[in-house]
Parts: sequence; structure tokens; C-alpha cells
Amino acid sequence: MPFKIYLPGLAPLMLALAAAVMGLLIIMPLGVVFTEAFAKGASTYLASFYDPDLWAAIRLTLLVAAISVPLNAVFGLAAAWCIAKFEFRGKSLLLAIIDLPFSMSPVVSGLVWVLLFGAQGWFGAWLIDHDIKIIFDVSGIVLATITVTLPFVARELIPLMQDQGVDEEAAAVTLGAGGFTVFRQITLPNVRWALLYGVLLCNARAMGEFGAVSVVSGKIRGLTNTLPLHIEALYNDYDFVGAFAAASLLASLGLVTLVLKTGLEWRYSGELSHARKR
Amino acid sequence: MPANDEGDAALALEVKGVSKSFGRYPALKDVSFAAADREFLALLGPSGSGKTTLLRVLAGLEEPDAGEVRFGGEDYLAIPARRRRAGMVFQHYALFRHMTVAQNIAFGLKVRPRAERPSTTEIRKRVGDLLDLVQLTGLDKRYPAQLSGGQRQRVALARALAIEPRMLLLDEPFGALDAQVRRDLRHWLREVHDRAGVTTVFVTHDQEEALDLADRVAILRDGKLIQLGKPQELYDHPASAFVYDFLGPSCRLPGVVEEGRLRVGDWVTPAAADAPKGDVDVYFRPDEIEFAPADGAGLAAQVRGAAARGPQIRIDCLVEGRSLELQVRDVIAPAGVALGLSVRFRPTRVKLYPRGAEAAVTSP
Repeated sequence: MPFKIYLPGLAPLMLALAAAVMGLLIIMPLGVVFTEAFAKGASTYLASFYDPDLWAAIRLTLLVAAISVPLNAVFGLAAAWCIAKFEFRGKSLLLAIIDLPFSMSPVVSGLVWVLLFGAQGWFGAWLIDHDIKIIFDVSGIVLATITVTLPFVARELIPLMQDQGVDEEAAAVTLGAGGFTVFRQITLPNVRWALLYGVLLCNARAMGEFGAVSVVSGKIRGLTNTLPLHIEALYNDYDFVGAFAAASLLASLGLVTLVLKTGLEWRYSGELSHARKR
Repeated sequence: MPANDEGDAALALEVKGVSKSFGRYPALKDVSFAAADREFLALLGPSGSGKTTLLRVLAGLEEPDAGEVRFGGEDYLAIPARRRRAGMVFQHYALFRHMTVAQNIAFGLKVRPRAERPSTTEIRKRVGDLLDLVQLTGLDKRYPAQLSGGQRQRVALARALAIEPRMLLLDEPFGALDAQVRRDLRHWLREVHDRAGVTTVFVTHDQEEALDLADRVAILRDGKLIQLGKPQELYDHPASAFVYDFLGPSCRLPGVVEEGRLRVGDWVTPAAADAPKGDVDVYFRPDEIEFAPADGAGLAAQVRGAAARGPQIRIDCLVEGRSLELQVRDVIAPAGVALGLSVRFRPTRVKLYPRGAEAAVTSP
């Protein structure tokens, strides 16, 4: 347990400063989103949802998240399992690769796929010959999203699994359990809340990703525009109510994520990496 | 309870020439021993002596680089850990944290293949019996986090016993408990072992625990088994200075053996026929001494301090230039042991080892 330090006078000052920064940088912009969305009344706000392109963007965003989040959950779980429970060569390299998307601009993450699979890219000609479309298509958007959201689940699970060690698994084996049973009945339940936490953050990022997706999508309205891209398009058209109405959806997603995340942290703090009580 | 109905095979566990290294660090070097059916065997050694590695080899959690392990005549190394039926209690219990006490104990039965799995009612009954055995009746719905250390340890034991193990492996089972709880659990554990009728291998670094509890004690050091015997044998005939030192508090003085006589300072006494010749280290227990011998022969000790603890008096003194701590019962202590006083005493039982043959490591 960390000791609390009391600094008379300084603590309230710091607190006030933190609150001011929070208000200025987070609460106020969030307020602006909803104010602008309802600037011309609720009916105009609702009317902007009659746009079929908006619904196409929402469907695409949901589709991309529905594919990339489960894939990343599986990858994250597998990677964390390997890293936390086994010793092998190249472990730190794998850790570094998992962290790469955090340290690299999302635009670069998108660009590498264009360089590989774009018409002028390394495999571009071969893909055109075989009539396979990756860039300017859903598959490219999924690839870019997966790249950007790669670390979320693994990063949440690794510290927790390292902390839990392998004793419980070893005990299960001596009691007669096979590999799959051990994973399903011991390893997985021990990280379930951390996994959910990681998936939640991964999903929020997957739905909100702009940079990487904008490079590969081609921004074809009604076809390859995800919700964040569609918001930009509306804004560039000076359709402010439409843009902020769509933005209010993403902002709401953010708020829901925040509530769920806080709920998890509050209820299961002992079983998460981020909010562990030491 | 797992009643072992098969006839008493003389040997249950045979370990031959087992070696294991981790990278360049050798953890076990050519270890061989055997344990009889239903024997309670302690593996005793300081940390880093390889005792836990040996236990994990027996459980099938580590594969030895060389050597043979047989159980009941079977090649145990050919059997994967999950089929060895070696109930293991881990040092930190390794209870399944997301399962209740009852679910923990039932785990080994529930993961059995359908054909061998007992019915739900049977499992429930078995769990109840085991809870009674480990004296945790009524705690079946608790989670490990809601139990004390001693209770967790007993759940871990019940969980290991649930699979009707052929062998019970205990890795420092009392390591994380306080002294009073350890003593209480010690005798209870021996009782459980006797009732379960299994062969038990028990790892500890506490010599008192090992000598108190086990039928035989194997002493390990730096991955080698250096002596194996009944507690009394080990205590009376330690094979080396290390074993002597490890088994209890000891005092050491330099001496010389010449012409059948041992000389320590100005004290000369006949040496045993099998005593080593030349420069020796003279070992004796701090409480195996007599004060102010009638004939006046003995070692001169300069008292530097004395502290009474119950009927015992610890005397901190200087003998032959070395600081020693002697222990005596107050009835035999010379009247008025006081600071600066010079007294004579002599060890009643000494052990001689060639000088410098083995640097003694003090037990924790």
C-alpha cells in the first residue's frame, strides 16, 4: 500500500490545476460536440440520421470492429500466454513488435499496407491479376485497424499473467488436467475481466481509428467510409450539424466505454493490470 | 480414503542418477535414492540445493537431463505429469483463485475422463469427507482469498488427496506460515500421511521440521544428495561438517589429532580410533557440554555475556580466541556466571572433521 503524502496548500492547488486542464481539454470539447449537434434543434439533429451514407458508414464501422476486435483478442491472448508463461528466444523482440503500433504514427501503419498491396505496391500487380482487392476495400480497412489496435489486449494481459505465474496451471496438470482443460478452466477464467477490459479499449480504438484507415480506405462515400471518415467528409462539406450529429455517436461510444471501463476497474480491480491494488 | 490395498512393495520410489541443469546452472547432480511404500521422506537442504527441482522432477513438471525415476516398478519418466497421480502441494498453495474451496478440491475428480469420473453425488461426498479430514468443514463455499494461510495450505492438501495419489509431494508446505501454526500443522500432517497410506516426499529447509516429521531425511547440497538416513542416525553420525552444522546449532574449534589424542588449546583428550589425523575441525553442540569438570581438564572460556531464556542460559564466550555461544540449563551452570569470569568446560561429545575439507554453511 502506498503511503499518502499530505502537502498542505499544494495539494488543493494541484487538484484545481488538474481539474482546469481536464475541463478545458476534455469536458469542454465533449460539450461542444453535443451543443453543435443540437444547434439547430432536435429535429434537425434527427433528420441528419436519414442520410443513407451515414448508415453505410455505421455498418462498415461495426463490421470492421466485429472482425478486427475478436482477431486481436485471440492474438492478444495467445501472445500474452506465450510471453507470460513460457521462456523462449526472441521474447523481447515479440514484446517490442506488440508495442510498435503504440510508438508509431497510425498513418504509417496504414501506409505500409498501401506499399504492400496498393496498385503500385510490392504485391499490387499480382493482386490485380488475381482480382483480389485489399486497398480501398473492407479487407484493407480491417488490416489497418488490426495493426493499430494490436497492443490493447496483449498489453493488458501480459503483466497480469506474469504476476499470476504458472503454479496454478502446474497444479491443474498434477491433478490430471490436459492442456486444453487447463487453458479453459484455469488460465482463461483467471484473466477474464482483464480480457474484457482489453477488448473494450481495443473496440473503442477500432471504431474510432482515423489515421491508418484514411490511408487505405480511399474514402468512397457509402462504400469505404467508416464513421470517423464520414464525419470528416461531412465537416468538409460545411454540414456542421450532420458532422457533429455523427460525432455525437462516437462520443457516446466513448462515454459508454468509459462507464464500462470504470465499472470494471471498480468491481474487479484485483484482476486487472491497470488498476491493481498492491 | 485411498486405502492402499496392494501388498506392501518394499520399494515404492526409486531415483537413480538424476541430473538436471537449467542453462549452465546445474540444479541436480547424479541424485539417487529410494523410498519405501508409505514412507515419509524429507528432502532437506538450504535454498538453491536442488530440493524443489527434485520434487518437480518427481511430479513430472521438470524433465531430468539424465537418470531414471521408477514408481512401483514402472518407468515414471515415461508417464506424463497428468497421469502420474502425484498429488502435489505447492509452496504458495497454487489454489485456483476463481474457484471455491469445494470446487478446488473437486477439480482433480471433475477433469477425469467421463468413464473414470465419479458421479456428482460421489464427488460431493468425497469433498465433504476431505473437508472433514483437513478440518475445514463448513468452509466449502469460501474462495481462497477469504482463507488464512493455514486454511489455504489445508485446502491444497485436500485437493492433492482428492485424486487418491500414489505419492504425495509437498514443497515447503509450511514455508509461508508463522512458527506456531507450523508446529500445530506438523503433527496433523504426519497423521494425515499415516491415514492416507501414501508415500510422501516432503521438501523443507527447516531441519527441526524434517527431523521431527520424517521417517528418513535426505540432505541435499548444491544439487547433490550428501546423506540419507533416519533422523537419529543423521543427528548422531553426520557424514560431514556441513551436515553437522546444518542439523542444529554447532560450535567449531580448531584442533590437532596426534598419536591417538585430540588436542584443543591446552585440553587433551583421547581421540576415537576412526578420527581423522592431523589438523581437524572440532565440532560440538552448544548444549552438550559440562562445566567446571572435577579434574579441572577442559577448555578455558572467557565469559562475555549471559542471557537466560526460560530454563536455558546462553553464554556468549571467547574460547581459544573464537567467539562461541554455549547453552546450558541453569542447574548445571556454574554459580554466578558473570561478565569477564573465566570458566572451564568440556564438550561431552565431539565430532572431528579434517580441517577445511568443507566450508560449513550455517543453517538459517
